[in-house]
Parts: sequence; C-alpha cells; structure tokens
Amino acid sequence: MEISLLTLLYIIASVTFIIGLKMLSHPESARKGNLVAATGMTLAILGTIFLYRDDAGNHLHNYAWIFGGIAIGGVIGTLAAKKVKMTAMPEMVSLFNGMGGACAALISLVEFGHLSKIAGGFTMYPPLSGVENNFVQNVPTGELLIILLGLIIGSISFAGSMIAWGKLNGRIKDFSFNGQHIFNIVLLLVIVGLAAYVIGWFPESRNILFYAVFALALLYGVFFVLPIGGADMPVVISLLNSFTGVAAACGGFLYSNKVMLTGGILVGAAGTLLTILMCKAMNRSLANVLIGSFGGGAKTSAG
Amino acid sequence: MGILNWIAGNEQIIYIVILMIFVGIEVIGRVPSVLHTPLMSGANAIHGVVIIGAIIVMGKAESDNYLALILGFLAVILGTLNVVGGFVVTDRMLEMFKSKKKK
Repeated sequence: MEISLLTLLYIIASVTFIIGLKMLSHPESARKGNLVAATGMTLAILGTIFLYRDDAGNHLHNYAWIFGGIAIGGVIGTLAAKKVKMTAMPEMVSLFNGMGGACAALISLVEFGHLSKIAGGFTMYPPLSGVENNFVQNVPTGELLIILLGLIIGSISFAGSMIAWGKLNGRIKDFSFNGQHIFNIVLLLVIVGLAAYVIGWFPESRNILFYAVFALALLYGVFFVLPIGGADMPVVISLLNSFTGVAAACGGFLYSNKVMLTGGILVGAAGTLLTILMCKAMNRSLANVLIGSFGGGAKTSAG
Repeated sequence: MGILNWIAGNEQIIYIVILMIFVGIEVIGRVPSVLHTPLMSGANAIHGVVIIGAIIVMGKAESDNYLALILGFLAVILGTLNVVGGFVVTDRMLEMFKSKKKK
C-alpha cells in the first residue's frame, strides 16, 4: 500500500517534470511551469521521507538528520536565492548546480564505502584461485560502474561549476597554459583508466584508487573550465547542468529509483540540446566555445 | 556475455533512458532565446531530484557509521540547496520577465 502510493507519487513527479520543462519553454506559461515542477519535486521528496522502504522492507531512519539537513539547506537556499542581485543570477545558478553535482558525488562516496566493505569480506583468503573466481563474480560490476560514473561526473560538475561561479563574479581570472588541451585529455584518460581498473579488477588498493579518481575528477573539472572565456560561461554552465543531470540519473540507476532516473536523464538531454541552442544563438559551435579559448575567442558576446 | 545479461536485467531502465532522452530533446526543441537562461535554471532545479538519493543514503546509514552519517547529511544539505535555490531563482528570473512584458 505505502509502496504503491510512493510509486504513484514518483510517477506524478516525473510527469510534472516533463510538463514543467515544456511550460518553461513558452513565455506565457514559463512561471507556472516552474511551480508545477516544484510541486512535483515536493511530493517526491515528502513521499521518499515517509513512505520509502529498502529491499528488506525497513523504513528509513535518522529522521532528525534528514529534517535538519533539509531545514538548513532550505533556509540558506531561499535566502541566497532571494537576496541575490538580478545581475548575479547566472552565477547563482552555477553555484546551485555545483551543489547538485557535489550531492551526487557524495552519494557515490558513501555507496562505494558500503560496497567495498561488503565485498571486502571475500578477500580474506586470496591464495586459492577457485575462491578468487568466486569472488570476482560476487563483485557487482554494474553497480560499481554506476557508482564511479556518478562520482566522476558529479565531481567534474561540482568543481567546474565552482570555477564558473568564481569567474562570473570576477574572483577567478582566465587561466591557460601551453598544451592545456592535451593535458586535459591525458587527465581524462587517466581517470577513465583508473576507474576501469577499479571496476574490472577490484584490486586490494581500491579505496585509495577510488579517492584518487575522486581527486583527479575534481582537478579535471577545474582545468576544464579555467581556460574558457568569461563571456562563454552561460554555455559552460548549461553544459555542466546537463552533466549533473546525468550524475543524478546514476543515482536513479543505483537505487532503481525511476523518478531520479527520469528527472536526471530529462535534464541531461534537454540540457545538452539547450547548450547547443545557446551556442547557435551566439553564432558559434560548441567545439569553438570549448577549444577556441586561446585567441580571445570570447569577442562575440552572448545576446 | 556479461553485458548482455546486464542489458536483460535492466531492460525497463534502459527503455526509460532511451525514451527520456527523446522527450527531453523534444520538449524544449523550440524555446525562444530569451528563455534560455530561465530554462537552464529550471532544469538545474529539476536535477535536484538527486536529493532523493541523498535522503535514502542518510536514512539507511547505521547510527554508528559516522562517515556515512556526515557525508549523507552534507549531501542532504547540498541537494536541498540545489532544489530550493534552483526553483526560487528561476521564479525570480521569470518574475522579472513578466513585469517587463506588461508595461
């Protein structure tokens, strides 16, 4: 009964997200669309708090922590959003986007800790090859992949958004060095390689490697946004926005939670298209924005 | 073979992902360029659903696992910031639009 109700709430929330986005893309209905999506979100959050049960049928606990966190976040979020000057809106969006990315990364951190601890029980007696084979099958590769994906994308989005935020309010200057693009590509390859090693081999040193992936992903986020010109920041924020959407969808995969999945993928897809549309409105291509950062490519400013 | 099994095991979810990608592209296909920034902001608020994951992490953490408790608590705060801040900022942006249009 309770679970069915929660399912219904999740379905309603998913539909409000779609309708909300649709209404947001028409000038007359935009404001209502925002309210529609916010209502759906509220339903989904309240439903999760009170109706969610895990696989063993247990309710959630630690209510004090949950409500405490929501109260703190709610008050700070409302105040910050109400007080910010109209001209500073885009940097606020970037800041909140970064918060979402960090949230996704934190979820991955906690879930990896669980997984590593549970699977770690099997590694007590490594020598027997037969046991080892057994052990490899016991590692849930799919979950591991999703956790690492959420960690990497969430961290890049967080670090990138923070840099974008700093650039928009003038605290961080454009910065680039010779061969930065090659450096970025190598960094990304190292991240992917380390992640693949953790997923495929699940080595003893997995915890250290996992944190290394985390740190490198943060670093990549910083170096990804640093060289891009200040006038191109809205495009970059939109891109990072769709990244965070994908990171949220990873959470949906992990918990088989359909509303996180639909919401995340929806934003991931819509955000990517929006990024391309924004580039077009500036008469530039996305590649131009991301790579053409050396020669003062930011001459054509946003309309 | 592992991949095939994985696909078979997650059939529903994979369908949702594919369909949602098309819905997301379709839904904002013809947005006028004045609405780009508010739409970005609205989408930003919607990916705040990630807070549901944070609530689940928090609610499942054993009460002696301080690392999970603290990280989960942080995640709930950050997720709420994303949701609440996102929707309020979007609303303020659109409010500005409305007053401009009416005069």
